[in-house]
Amino acid sequence: MSYNWNWGIFFQLSPDGTHTYLQLLLFGTGWTLATSLLAWAIALSVGAVVGVIRTSPLPWLVRFGNAYVELFRNIPLLVQMFLWYFVLPELMPQAIGDWLKQATNASFYNAVICLGLYTSARVAEQVKAGILSLRSGQRMAGLAIGLTLPQTYRYILLPMAFRIILPPLSSEFLNIIKNSSVALTIGLIELTAAARSMSEFSFQVFEAFTAATLIYIVINIIVVNGMRWLEGRVAVPGFISMGKPAAAH
Amino acid sequence: MITITNVSKWYGKVQVLNNCSANVAKGEVVVVCGPSGSGKSTLIKCVNGLEPFEQGIITVDGISVGDPDTNLPKLRARIGMVFQHFELFPHLSVMDNLTLAQVKVLGRDPKSAAEKGMKLLERVGLNAHAAKYPGQLSGGQQQRVAIARALAMDPIAMLFDEPTSALDPEMINEVLDVMIRLAKDGMTMIVVTHEMGFARKVANRVVFMDRGEIVEDAPTADFFGKPRSERAQLFLSKILQH
Amino acid sequence: MFSNIDWNVIIRSLPYLFLDGMRFTIMLTLMATAGGIVIGTLLALARLSNIPGLSHVAGAYVNLIRSMPLVLVIFWFFFLVPYIGQWLTGASRPIQVGAFLSALVTFTLFEAAYFCEIMRAGIQSIPRGQVQAAQALGMTYWTSMKDIILPQAFRNMLPVLLTQTIILFQDTSLVYVISVTDFLGAASKVAQRDGRLVEMYLFAAIVYFVISLAASYGVRRLQRRIAIIR
Repeated sequence: MSYNWNWGIFFQLSPDGTHTYLQLLLFGTGWTLATSLLAWAIALSVGAVVGVIRTSPLPWLVRFGNAYVELFRNIPLLVQMFLWYFVLPELMPQAIGDWLKQATNASFYNAVICLGLYTSARVAEQVKAGILSLRSGQRMAGLAIGLTLPQTYRYILLPMAFRIILPPLSSEFLNIIKNSSVALTIGLIELTAAARSMSEFSFQVFEAFTAATLIYIVINIIVVNGMRWLEGRVAVPGFISMGKPAAAH
Repeated sequence: MITITNVSKWYGKVQVLNNCSANVAKGEVVVVCGPSGSGKSTLIKCVNGLEPFEQGIITVDGISVGDPDTNLPKLRARIGMVFQHFELFPHLSVMDNLTLAQVKVLGRDPKSAAEKGMKLLERVGLNAHAAKYPGQLSGGQQQRVAIARALAMDPIAMLFDEPTSALDPEMINEVLDVMIRLAKDGMTMIVVTHEMGFARKVANRVVFMDRGEIVEDAPTADFFGKPRSERAQLFLSKILQH
Repeated sequence: MFSNIDWNVIIRSLPYLFLDGMRFTIMLTLMATAGGIVIGTLLALARLSNIPGLSHVAGAYVNLIRSMPLVLVIFWFFFLVPYIGQWLTGASRPIQVGAFLSALVTFTLFEAAYFCEIMRAGIQSIPRGQVQAAQALGMTYWTSMKDIILPQAFRNMLPVLLTQTIILFQDTSLVYVISVTDFLGAASKVAQRDGRLVEMYLFAAIVYFVISLAASYGVRRLQRRIAIIR
């Protein structure tokens, strides 16, 4: 192979003069995590609301929720990022548009909102599936003892639905972390962007991308184990499945 | 106490209840029986508004269930319901199952709610299981907790939707015993069930439904002694065989 | 707000957008799907096999790919494929690989990891009795797989496979990061050349939306028809 390996490149100074390449990668990791966590907060809160209204008894609410999900699911994430970053400021009144374009960290905020809403549609799917997997009797039992419908959702349906969908939810969280890399196209210097930039300046392409790959793997392992711990923590004793009546033994 | 007058209900084009009328006086125990698909579960769920109905009037203690102005949650808090599949809330302990509605709906303070819960658990013989979760209990135990949960709201009437149909045979009696004691203590009860032994012991009246209609509504002794309709006779002969 | 919009730019560039850009996108989608399903199925069989080490290697590959962002994988193969070509052909320098080929290799091998998991679930959902019946008739492993298990698994998982294809269709837009001209790349080029970002990106979004929506409706109808037949 005509490629020169140099694993010491990480400890050499980058062109900016003050930071090593390793530090640049770690800064990128920081941006990746910050973007992912904030976007996840948006995705969970908005997604839970949309998921709930898709199971509500009001047909127009259900249709709105369905339209919301279809909108965010059928447009590629990259296109959505461009719409938020390039198109939205142009559609706003001149003053607001200019302010948006000149804001510091504009790419960060755009990435967070875009990623958050994109993922919220997928979270909504999971929440709806989780609620619908519960026996209809649970909703009736909640109403029968006098809880209102919102109370029934809050105290009975949602606690169980979230426990049921923890595994697919943790997949969605991992997806957000991976999808944050798309934001490099709008200028966010997250981990993949940092690796790309390192490879361009140092020509040590494979070292840079190997490091990025390893960091993503480590993040993956931490999240997967964290989710497993969480699942154990909130598990309901004796719970097998809500689909069938509890075993008579 | 509970009046059902000319109630009809459709699911889309299919009529599931056809002009049903019945009355339940205070302290009466009424058993509703009939072949599956006869609409008995649907009818009982109309009484506390869990199922809407298109025609007719249902009143509970003078309040009209079908009236859009009625505060349904408040009304439902005064009626207790026990389901075929128990429907305990699996993520809450037994005690929390009993106190949740007391605190959130009736506004009782948690301490007195817990005391009441404990007393009811003793009444159904399950005070040792207060900290357990529904998934750790047998079916019969879960159903008894479900009855206690409904009683915790101090209801004026109790509705039972096939309370023993999902239980293994050896557990049916422990639940029926609780229901019999409840009846003897004077609770107004509507019970959808196939357990004719229970009916003979405590029911004042038996209502027989078939294909969405109330075919017969007679005092217990008359129903078992001389059922007037042929359909009721046929049903009884099938059910009393085993 | 809408006073400055020039819809003509869209109409003028339609041939370029669709004949060049969309053609690339669709060809990449179809070929990567075909290749991905074949390789994915082989990976699934590897993961389920008893040959020592094979299932671990296959599993490691799948888990590695699935923990990496697609953008990173695109960069990896963009730089790696020329070296692989050099190694395979024994040339003295890394081989210049065209953009399409690089993208094709990337997406095929990336999606293979995801198709692998889908096919693995499909194969495992076939009742053991089917395998035993095939063996009782004297079929070898490969024959029973080829004629009995895989056809059923494939039919069962068809809706999921098609949904993954729709996801692939949307994912191809990421070739943007290596400056390849797919549909989005074409729209972007026109947008930057004519200064018409709003019109072009909105149009691109609408086109992707319509195609994806129509495709997923098609999959849902197919699901209903399969359910009835079963």
